[in-house]
Amino acid sequence: MTSLDVSTDATRRPFPGRRARLGDLLLQGAAGIAAFGALVLVGLIIWKVVQGSRLAISTFGLSFVWDVGWDPVHNTFGAGSLLFGTVITSIGALLLATPIALGIALFLSELAPPWIRGPVTALVETLAAIPSVVIGLWGLLVLAPLLRDHVNPVLHSGLGFIPLFGAPGTYSSNVFAAIIVLTIMILPIIASISRELFLAVPSELKEGALGLGTTRWEMIRGVVFPYSRGGVVAAIILGFGRAIGEAIAVALVIGAVIGVHWNLFSPGYTLASILANTYQGASSGLELSALIYCALILLVFSIVVNLLAQVIVRRSVRRLGGQAL
Amino acid sequence: MSAADLTMLQRPNDRLRRRRFVNRGMQLLCWLAAALAVFLLGVVLLSVARRGAAALNLDLFTKSYVGPFVSAGVKQGLADAFVGTLIVVGLATLMALPFGVLIAIYVNEYAPRAIRNVVNLTLDVLAGVPAIVIGIFVFGLLVVAHGQSAYAGGFALAVLMLPFVARATIEVLALVPDSLREAALGVGAPRWRAILGVVLPQTIGGVLTGATLAVARVAGETAPLLLTNSLAQSGMHTDPSQPLRTIPVAIFGLSEQADEASHALAWAAAFVLIVFILFASLGARWLATRSRRKIAQAGR
Repeated sequence: MTSLDVSTDATRRPFPGRRARLGDLLLQGAAGIAAFGALVLVGLIIWKVVQGSRLAISTFGLSFVWDVGWDPVHNTFGAGSLLFGTVITSIGALLLATPIALGIALFLSELAPPWIRGPVTALVETLAAIPSVVIGLWGLLVLAPLLRDHVNPVLHSGLGFIPLFGAPGTYSSNVFAAIIVLTIMILPIIASISRELFLAVPSELKEGALGLGTTRWEMIRGVVFPYSRGGVVAAIILGFGRAIGEAIAVALVIGAVIGVHWNLFSPGYTLASILANTYQGASSGLELSALIYCALILLVFSIVVNLLAQVIVRRSVRRLGGQAL
Repeated sequence: MSAADLTMLQRPNDRLRRRRFVNRGMQLLCWLAAALAVFLLGVVLLSVARRGAAALNLDLFTKSYVGPFVSAGVKQGLADAFVGTLIVVGLATLMALPFGVLIAIYVNEYAPRAIRNVVNLTLDVLAGVPAIVIGIFVFGLLVVAHGQSAYAGGFALAVLMLPFVARATIEVLALVPDSLREAALGVGAPRWRAILGVVLPQTIGGVLTGATLAVARVAGETAPLLLTNSLAQSGMHTDPSQPLRTIPVAIFGLSEQADEASHALAWAAAFVLIVFILFASLGARWLATRSRRKIAQAGR
């Protein structure tokens, strides 16, 4: 910040700075309190979620995280199958979204003719702006029946030897539909961050490589990817964080059935979507506490993911001598 | 020329051909990826627009929601949900905007470097907390003791908006040239007047952009409202101490109903929501380019 002490006798008023000091005190105080309030807010979120899940933590302990079986009738709860659903949908979505998103980012930063870049960039950002409930509505009523009738049988007959592509059931709501919906949702996130990273690669390096006679793809592999690697990894991690936390769209298409099934065409459940589906009330205090325990797992996941992404970005920025993002 | 010479000549050509082939293939894949994204967006938007426009009528905006499986003669809409969304999002903006701007002023104008990093990291973490967890947090903080209300829902949305507003304001404050601050301090203005009277007015466009984008984002948020503001009474209500019907929650509920009329209503609401969000985003983009130009001029 600039703090210039330029008061001279000529500019000084009779009682310099009494009101000024009060005003400065007020503004700095209010702004400081607000900034401190953000810290308090994050602390409050952690505290409230831990407090709400205390009953479930003391009843089930840490093994809640991997215990399978969610049975409100017998009041036994374990988040294992939910965690399984969260991990399999998120990783599936990442595997599908990452190559496509990198392709989009390369297209927008390196390949596309200038007149196409602006409009397509805007369209990709528009895809990110569609609310999850609308994607979920579309996924439930349009996409899932389409997948059931035309895509799932084809995948099963072609790749049925892999347990993931087991017998397609009659349900249109299943894990595979959730993976596709999540893919659509994280695609624009990874694409737009990667695009910015690719654009930040110095053009001297790119031109140098092309000048040595590399093809465009060799230049991308040899210059653009290594230069932006850290940031791209961070972008993928942020996409992962978004995927594990998505509740609404997944709740609408995944079918809401507890259980660990490798078959992607069977219905499933995730940590976030069970929270969305039981909003109208838990049957017991213990169930409510178990639900909040699920939220705690998500919260820990999201904080770890974000800090990890930050660390990676900072490290790669330092490696590149100061300016990547 | 002997046959051996010919193969000598051919070998590099083969390699070059392969390199060109890989190059072409990879470029083609990138084109296809971009085409796929545009195609996906088109498919989603078109199916919402087609079904939504078909179900769109005046009743949507003038009649309140009645329920699923209503008899054919009963006319219903989502007027109460539109009003509810307006109130909840308005409350959220009132809470998040001043708070976010103050945070940004602190970070950009007052904070020492170390504290600035801490606050920035906090905002990043806050932005990364899943919306449904924010819902659980507000449920524990307010709903357990006081029950659901539009205030609780507005607060939940405000928590989501806060990092957006704060980051957008930090970014635009950083764009204001130091020469302006120095000029204000140089004529004897105290720091607070330099900030509030000279620096902040330059950023109004940018702040509004950030606020508009944040509104566009949270207007469609469902997860934080499910646990804080979802069990609405039927009929038109405007009292924020009661839970109010909102568009996203209504779409969520309607899409899980089994009857066609509910689905039609959900499509119509989704269509209106998307049109609103697209216009808000476009408006924000326009505001952003305008305010950036203005700030650049002010520095000269």
